[in-house]
Amino acid sequence: MTIVSPLNEKSEQSISQQNNHEDHRLFGLIAFLVADGMTFAGFFAAYLTYKAVNPLLPDAIYELELPLPTLNTILLLVSSATFHRAGTALGKKKNSQCQIWLLVTAGLGIAFLASQMVEYFTLPFGLTDNLYASTFYALTGFHGLHVTLGTLMILIVWWQARSPGGRISSENKFPLEAAEVYWHFVDGIWVVLFIILYLL
Amino acid sequence: MSFSIQQENTQKEPNLQPTGWFRYFSFSLDHKVIGLQYLVCGFIFYLIGGSLASAIRIELVSPISDFMPREIYNQILTLHGTIMIFLWIVPVVNGAFGNYLIPFYVGARDMAFPRLNAVAFWLIPPAGLMLISSYFINGAAQSGWTAYPPLSITTPAAGQIVWIISVLLLGGSSIFGGINFIATILKLRRPGLKLMQLPMYCWAMLGTSILVVLSTPVLAGTLILLSFDIVAHTGFFNPALGGNVIVYQHLFWFYSHPAVYIMVLPAFGLVSEILPIHSRKPLFGYTTMVYSIMGIVVLGLIVWAHHMFTSGTPPWMRLFFTIATAFIAVPTGIKFFNWVATLWGGRISINSAILFSCGFIVNFVLGGITGVALAQVPFDVHVHDTYFVVAHFHYIVYGGSVFVIFSSIYHWYPKFTGKMLNEKLGKLHFIITFIGFNLCFAPQHWLGLNGMPRRVAEYDPQFALVNQISSIGALLMALSTLPFLFNVIYSAIKGEEAGDNPWQALTPEWLTSSPPPVENWVGEAPLVTKPYGYGEEEHKNDEPTNNELQSL
Repeated sequence: MTIVSPLNEKSEQSISQQNNHEDHRLFGLIAFLVADGMTFAGFFAAYLTYKAVNPLLPDAIYELELPLPTLNTILLLVSSATFHRAGTALGKKKNSQCQIWLLVTAGLGIAFLASQMVEYFTLPFGLTDNLYASTFYALTGFHGLHVTLGTLMILIVWWQARSPGGRISSENKFPLEAAEVYWHFVDGIWVVLFIILYLL
Repeated sequence: MSFSIQQENTQKEPNLQPTGWFRYFSFSLDHKVIGLQYLVCGFIFYLIGGSLASAIRIELVSPISDFMPREIYNQILTLHGTIMIFLWIVPVVNGAFGNYLIPFYVGARDMAFPRLNAVAFWLIPPAGLMLISSYFINGAAQSGWTAYPPLSITTPAAGQIVWIISVLLLGGSSIFGGINFIATILKLRRPGLKLMQLPMYCWAMLGTSILVVLSTPVLAGTLILLSFDIVAHTGFFNPALGGNVIVYQHLFWFYSHPAVYIMVLPAFGLVSEILPIHSRKPLFGYTTMVYSIMGIVVLGLIVWAHHMFTSGTPPWMRLFFTIATAFIAVPTGIKFFNWVATLWGGRISINSAILFSCGFIVNFVLGGITGVALAQVPFDVHVHDTYFVVAHFHYIVYGGSVFVIFSSIYHWYPKFTGKMLNEKLGKLHFIITFIGFNLCFAPQHWLGLNGMPRRVAEYDPQFALVNQISSIGALLMALSTLPFLFNVIYSAIKGEEAGDNPWQALTPEWLTSSPPPVENWVGEAPLVTKPYGYGEEEHKNDEPTNNELQSL
């Protein structure tokens, strides 16, 4: 190591960048989620403005049923916990346990989507009926899209953990961590959405 | 261990990429290539948008609508605005110079996410082509770049939908870019480099990227709702179904007011790089410059409703937005005085780069003063939707951003290509642009104050003479592109060799060869903690080496 060639310096630089690689990937994901959150914020602001100023948007038109969305809230909150279990299992190098928890989480996500589908079919209004119906479907539908993407992400992570020599191990947890941060974000948005849309 | 080093090294090396000039036309991951791709692509759209502007000015030479049908006039107006904002200024001041310079300034070998960077750029050409093709397929959008409903949901739908999709793609591109810049500046800094030691452009890009990440998604959401209104006949913004058009305006301006800062903040940063180098003085008031950028970011996010003073906003809202808007003059004024103080008493070399920068300062102050005037409700109600507003924002976005883009091209062209631009042609370019620009837009203040509405193809004959003067100015601006284009192409082939650092600059991008090697530096990246240390002992005797620069 006495002779330091440019090539050596370069590889050291590459390694030092490699080391905080994970760090800046997660940082970039969080920046993306801030952007995503702003989309929801715009939708929420529009909905609340309509609610405040628009006479065509009274609560009295439709009485939203609470049981299904409450069930949905529970499903998502539980799925956040199960995803966390998957992460800790991977940290303890228990790969098969991690796979099971991932599958449970994906199952809860699919159950959420199914329950939302049931809710859509039982609602007495359609997308183009009036402003209230439009905003209701836009908000829940946009969130449902996020849940769908999140579920797909979990299944991909599960696939990666399953295949031997795959990209996920206790050394390389980034794909799982990224999916987890995304999933917690989607859950958090649902809680806000549930309060604004159903309870308020 | 040595084996694993080898392996990681080969993983990181972008070996499979084409070399030579061909890489500028391919999917490259190199931030310098992507930056230049942004620049050239943006300039092509500038030529298209500029041609459309010329068509508008030709129509307005006579008071009657004789040059083109009225729908075509509206379509051209819409395309001009959209192209100039979303395909020229935003991609170039952010994407082009940001991608080229930020990795140098933070001492990195590439952006934080090179692939995302390439995706962000390659969203732009298809979006732009799609936008323009809508004109030939089924009629382009006619409702202006603001796309206010109900006009945008009642006019023929095809062009409007294409418009929405292309703006969504461009918005996605700029969000990806913003995320990349934030991660690069905050996370990829060379060890030992503190935030307050970064060149000013980094701060400007950090502020801009924060604005992009916070406000662009709101526009995206709004446009998705608007497209539902057109395609699925929902009622978000359709008054017939109970929707509220004012809500659209609020959401739209929550992005589109910050968009002004997305266009001018990077320009501020670029000017802050150019002025110290060519006046051989440190940037005056570095700390205040940083705080004023962040002040503009915060205030820029809470002033959007000053675009809606005539939309029936309640008085408390008018009061709040008037005060907040007027307050933006404070950080902007700080920056202005700092630039003047940077020039003050410096050894200024009069070249094209600094001429365009000084032109920027003059134009921007004029545009800023009319901006403060427009923030006052009584005045705004008087001149709302007249040519006064047109003059004001062209002073900001053309006199501000576009002048800075040209200044930056003159400044960084030696770094891009290793060749100098011809100074005589550059000065000719500046003089024609400056005269043409002021001849075109200064009279429009008078038109607006006297009540000529914007976005019309026909007007009262009493405005004919002033409109003709304005059109002559526009013609000069169109002509000014010719010496520039000739200069850029001719100098790339036959220009004088620039050397690595023709301006004797201290910012990091000049400490490598011109053009730079693939990973920016051979060996380790230099640690530059004083990018503006011109007054200090070791740089006392630096002079620009190029003889031609000294002569006017």
